Amino acid sequence: MKSRSFPVLTVVAALLALWYIAVIPMNAQWEYDQASRAGRDLPFGEMVANTMAQERPVLPAPHQVVAELWRSTVVEEATGRRGLWRSGSLSNRSLVYHGLITLSATMLGFVIGTGGGILLAIGIVYNKAMDTSVMPWAIASQTIPIIALAPMIIVVLNSVGISGLVPKAIIAAYLSFFPVVVGMVKGLRAPDAMQLDLMKTYSASGNDVFAKLRLPTSMPYLFASLKVGIAAALVGTIVGELPVQEGGLGVRLLSGSYYGQTIQIWAALFAAAILAAGLVGIVALIERRVLKRMGMAQ
Amino acid sequence: MSGLMRVNGGWLRLGLSAAVLLAAWLPKAGAAQPTTAVLVALLVAVALGFAFDALRGTPERVALLIALGLALGFAAVDLAAVQQGGEAGAFWAAMIAVWLGAWMLVAFVAELPRKGGLMGLIAPLIFGATILWAWECVVHALGVPRVILPAPSSIAARLADSTDTLWIDLVQTFGRGALSGYVIGCGSAFVFALVVDRYRFLRQGLLPVGNFLAALPIIGTAPIFVMWFGFDWPSKAAVVVAMVFFPMLVNTVQGLTATDSMQRDLMRTYSASWGQTLLRLRLPAAMPFVFNGLKICATLALIGAIVAEFFGSPTYGMGFRISTEVGRLQLDMVWAEIAVAALLGSAFYGVWALLERRVTFWHPSQRSR
Repeated sequence: MKSRSFPVLTVVAALLALWYIAVIPMNAQWEYDQASRAGRDLPFGEMVANTMAQERPVLPAPHQVVAELWRSTVVEEATGRRGLWRSGSLSNRSLVYHGLITLSATMLGFVIGTGGGILLAIGIVYNKAMDTSVMPWAIASQTIPIIALAPMIIVVLNSVGISGLVPKAIIAAYLSFFPVVVGMVKGLRAPDAMQLDLMKTYSASGNDVFAKLRLPTSMPYLFASLKVGIAAALVGTIVGELPVQEGGLGVRLLSGSYYGQTIQIWAALFAAAILAAGLVGIVALIERRVLKRMGMAQ
Repeated sequence: MSGLMRVNGGWLRLGLSAAVLLAAWLPKAGAAQPTTAVLVALLVAVALGFAFDALRGTPERVALLIALGLALGFAAVDLAAVQQGGEAGAFWAAMIAVWLGAWMLVAFVAELPRKGGLMGLIAPLIFGATILWAWECVVHALGVPRVILPAPSSIAARLADSTDTLWIDLVQTFGRGALSGYVIGCGSAFVFALVVDRYRFLRQGLLPVGNFLAALPIIGTAPIFVMWFGFDWPSKAAVVVAMVFFPMLVNTVQGLTATDSMQRDLMRTYSASWGQTLLRLRLPAAMPFVFNGLKICATLALIGAIVAEFFGSPTYGMGFRISTEVGRLQLDMVWAEIAVAALLGSAFYGVWALLERRVTFWHPSQRSR
């Protein structure tokens, strides 16, 4: 374990170091401008120190982003006027609040998309007409930028009176839908002829073949596509939050870019990354547990 | 009766007959549809559906299916073309009949012996046409407002009308933003992968990090890049570079490790240099992985370029057009733009898939089944 984590930690440390070094030239111009406006010389050491602590840096330093993450989650909820501690509800200025909005839409969409995807995959595997007519479209849909539909879905559903969680969840659902269909069809077809023949010699019914052979065999494929699907659902939700400003990490990104709050953008970006990593990690954890219980773990 | 049910499409035929009977029997309530001609065409379709099993030879069956397709096509076109609004039950029954008929047609086509790649296209095309047709009919029959869902015909008209605008948007978003970002991102990732591959330490360290970064919503960097590089295409290219870099890197590095030790030993017995081994053995062996990365990135590039425009762009570009026309409720233009994006996406992907077939013809996944 140690020998494996050492290279990873080194690479992460190197990336952080690169980031810190990049901060200096990216933010230096502003410092020099300030100094020349004030009519004084700026020693190099002071310039470097200043670039790490600007209020609206071109590139914030890593510790500034971490501090902003801390400030807009724990500090905001514990001491803010609208925080959890004072007002009893989550503050709308905290990333916890926005993260939860994004998370709930992502999860709702993911559940809908996955459920629909599995059902369609079963239909495709068991119905030849559906296989020949629907499956090519499911594959082709993977190559087109369906996310371009997102703003339209949000605005149109809004205009017919559906707003809030559901439109974002629909976008998340259709983004996670197709990976699940394609992966699950592959998985349900994974049993080879020998295994299917064995079931036939047992004179197993169609339901038994499905429940005892096809479904268990498809599990590794299902989990592989679930990991893709949940990451796609999160991206869909974030993009879906852009047109209608009702809270969520996407709104934090957009409002940060409107008002030039670079640190806020980076904090929201990291919150989204942590959320994505957490969701994929949870799916991977369940995958390991399930496959181990089924005796399929590698 | 049970014998009828056991044949392929048995339920479909019964459903189709019931729907046609309903279409003839339900009141039209003054609406134009279904006309007598439509009903006759549907009855012909029912008769052909039941006749299918009686024919055994493939040429006869093909001829019957063509006739069935023509009958259904006529009914569909007539249903869509002649409408006065205020459609009643008979119209919906006729629509369901056409839908079931198309499904039956696909089921029959699936039964024919497969010959070549063209046969495989027929079923999805029928399905796609049926979806478009149902969309058109429902929009007209229910009088769905244009600001909620425009009919395919008006989208097509808009597409034909505004080719100039669409072309400008395409050049800006795909030609300048997506393509340049794709080339820079995939190219640099490929070169970087060669470096990473030389050092075991880097490989062990970068692969997990790269895999992790590839799963993150990198699209969120769009506002940052727009701030850094301005509204025009360089910021879009930068987002695309950030999106495609890690998937490409991970795939290429994996591909470069795809050779087994026996093959590398053979190269060593030839006393081949690192460069020769790379060129003659490891790069060709890596090609399936490289192309997999290129195909994934082809989709990502277009997504990145379009979404980055939502955060700020000059007054043209596909993402800009989509977000502003949505705001102006010009949904036919939005759909036209989406149609272009879809065609473009699958064409870009298709180019790489074709190249892959040419380059990695030796790989088991390319063998014809």
